[in-house]
Amino acid sequence: MLKQIEGSQGIAAAVALCRPDVICAYPITPQTHIVEDLSVLVKSGKLKAEYINVESEFAALSVAIGASSTGVRSYTATSSQGLLFMAEAVYNASGMELPIVMTLGNRAIGAPINIWNDHSDAMAMRNAGWIMLFAETNQEAVDLHIQAFRIAELLRCPVMVCVDGFVLTHASDRIDIPTQEEVDNFLPSFLSDQTLDPTRPLSIGAMVGPELFTEVRYLAHVKQQTALSVIPQVADEFYEAFQRPSGGLMRGYHLQDAETVVVSMGSMTGTIKEAIDEERAAGHSIGSLNIVSFRPFPAEAIQKALKKARTVIVIDRAIDPGDGGPVFQQVQRILMGKGPMVCSVIAGLGGRAVTRRSLRQLFEQMRSSAVESPHFLDLDTKTLSDFLSTQRCCSKSCSSCRAC
Amino acid sequence: MHKEFYPKGVKTVGNRLRDPTFHTVQAQENRPNALTSGHRACQGCGEALGARYVIDAAVRATEGKVVVVNATGCLEVFSSQSPESAWQVPWVHSLFGNAAAVATGVAAAMRAKGTPDIRVVAQGGDGGTTDIGFGALSGMFERADDVLYVCYDNEAYMNTGVQRSSATPPAARTATTPVAGQAPGNVFGTGKSVPKLALAHGIAYVATASIAFLHDLEAKVFRAMSFHGARYLHVHVPCPLGWGTQPEDTLVHARNAVYSGMFPLFEGEYGHVTRAFHIENPIPVEMYLKGQRRFAHLFGKDGPNAERIQALQAIADAHIATFGLVAPQGDHA
Repeated sequence: MLKQIEGSQGIAAAVALCRPDVICAYPITPQTHIVEDLSVLVKSGKLKAEYINVESEFAALSVAIGASSTGVRSYTATSSQGLLFMAEAVYNASGMELPIVMTLGNRAIGAPINIWNDHSDAMAMRNAGWIMLFAETNQEAVDLHIQAFRIAELLRCPVMVCVDGFVLTHASDRIDIPTQEEVDNFLPSFLSDQTLDPTRPLSIGAMVGPELFTEVRYLAHVKQQTALSVIPQVADEFYEAFQRPSGGLMRGYHLQDAETVVVSMGSMTGTIKEAIDEERAAGHSIGSLNIVSFRPFPAEAIQKALKKARTVIVIDRAIDPGDGGPVFQQVQRILMGKGPMVCSVIAGLGGRAVTRRSLRQLFEQMRSSAVESPHFLDLDTKTLSDFLSTQRCCSKSCSSCRAC
Repeated sequence: MHKEFYPKGVKTVGNRLRDPTFHTVQAQENRPNALTSGHRACQGCGEALGARYVIDAAVRATEGKVVVVNATGCLEVFSSQSPESAWQVPWVHSLFGNAAAVATGVAAAMRAKGTPDIRVVAQGGDGGTTDIGFGALSGMFERADDVLYVCYDNEAYMNTGVQRSSATPPAARTATTPVAGQAPGNVFGTGKSVPKLALAHGIAYVATASIAFLHDLEAKVFRAMSFHGARYLHVHVPCPLGWGTQPEDTLVHARNAVYSGMFPLFEGEYGHVTRAFHIENPIPVEMYLKGQRRFAHLFGKDGPNAERIQALQAIADAHIATFGLVAPQGDHA
């Protein structure tokens, strides 16, 4: 049913339709509205679930770990500092092969403290063994949550659904919310073959030494590779059931004949597509590749999609300081020696808007001259040069600096 | 019954001749043996003993319907090195600092599954409980989650090689409170009592216990399992490795800790102390300290350090006064 609602409200509705047994809640902006909405659903009796108000994000995921180990569907949500605070449990959940679904309302990481959107939080946990899906729109955010439980339970692997903070979580959108019957048909109830049960006592979470640890890690690697076929399969089933394309590994836009391809994740892809429409109208051969599944990283599919491109511009909403964009690093690695020139652009950090105008200026600039890689979109060079000119001093022996 | 069959101390035959209602779970041939033999604990490990007593009693109290959540630490490491496990109960280990939260999750899942009769016991060492896991523990307490949390207190981080925790007593030598400088060992005036903090949360049941007093320990586990909501049991478990004691003397040191007043045994319900384990004639703290290498610096070649031993005696005296450990004549708990 079509509704005009906030993204968070849509996500909460989708999570509720998946009938989670245990929901762990701890507030952090911009994720908070999701768990607030879920609390209303549980408290009013519309959703039968255990709703636990915990004392930290570390506890939020730990409670989910306990619940999931006991064989019930478990959900939590977080953002930014919260994800880092639960970092130890993030790795633990995947190591224990628990099919927990967690929403990440993407937000920058401090210091300096900043509550607005970028992908630094997700990138900090990119090697934790979770499946990480990025929503482009609020409709996709809703759809990905329904798919996430399916994928998690098929693979026994936790899934993080990444949703851009504020840009999506707080935006009021027209969202199609499926019916309970539709979701029930798509998502069977969760049956775990490995649970804490006194009639069949298991030891879960035992210590593994050098003689087997490599093999355990190998299996985690294989699981991610298996996910590369499970994710599109679930997206296909979703399309069958809901008559709406959503999810999958990646999506192209005017990709077939594009000489230049812009690679991105999350909500900024929408803006990029609009910029591409204008570029195309002006006669430029440009397209977009939106990565939905960042973990597992669909290397082969991306290679195939970009094989005709001459220039690939990877726009990251995060930075590894001193290196560049994390998505860029991966795309560059898989295109090494394959032909296209790959450039790194850092954009939209800490909530700065990624605008069509800036994107088109960037594309124009790149056509006429080489740009530094990584290129920082809309970098305020005036403020920076003023600041740097007074902050040159690096040692007490420096005598030429005005700051001394 | 003949007197020789049940002299003071632990004599199995004597125990079996006593009234069956007085038998401990451990004394019975069909004890659950939740933590079975073959694990890798050190000789004389107080924690291994404590865990078996506690979980066996919990199994009996719940008629086998119990799940155990374990924090990282000695107990976890020596009992569960894959592919072996010494646990004969459903058991899960996640992390060092989150056992209480994982237990909350298990309890919530049992409610969701419609099997709230399957009870949850979480357990960890003093490091995992009083330090790194304290936030999660406090959260579990205040939410009144249906979990019994058991802390096996050996008064330092033994698994990592004997470092100070917030349960390490003053003057004790650890690897991070070495015998050096003007005031060797752990600092006076530091540390915390988690049993008192548990009481302050107003939870259903709080108790301290010792592996030296098995009847008392088991009774407290049964009592704890008779309540719903959050419960806390703090068990004193000497560690031969960390304390520098002989493996065969573990129970002696455990007993002396109680008899000196250094480790007070008490129970509380909903925020109030309800009962204390009385000691008739407290032994001097010196008797407890002697024979433990972690306190050997108090008895150096220049003779005993009277001032610091007295400061430790003052701690025991304060326990005796606070909890009324020495009962008035004719009043025995």
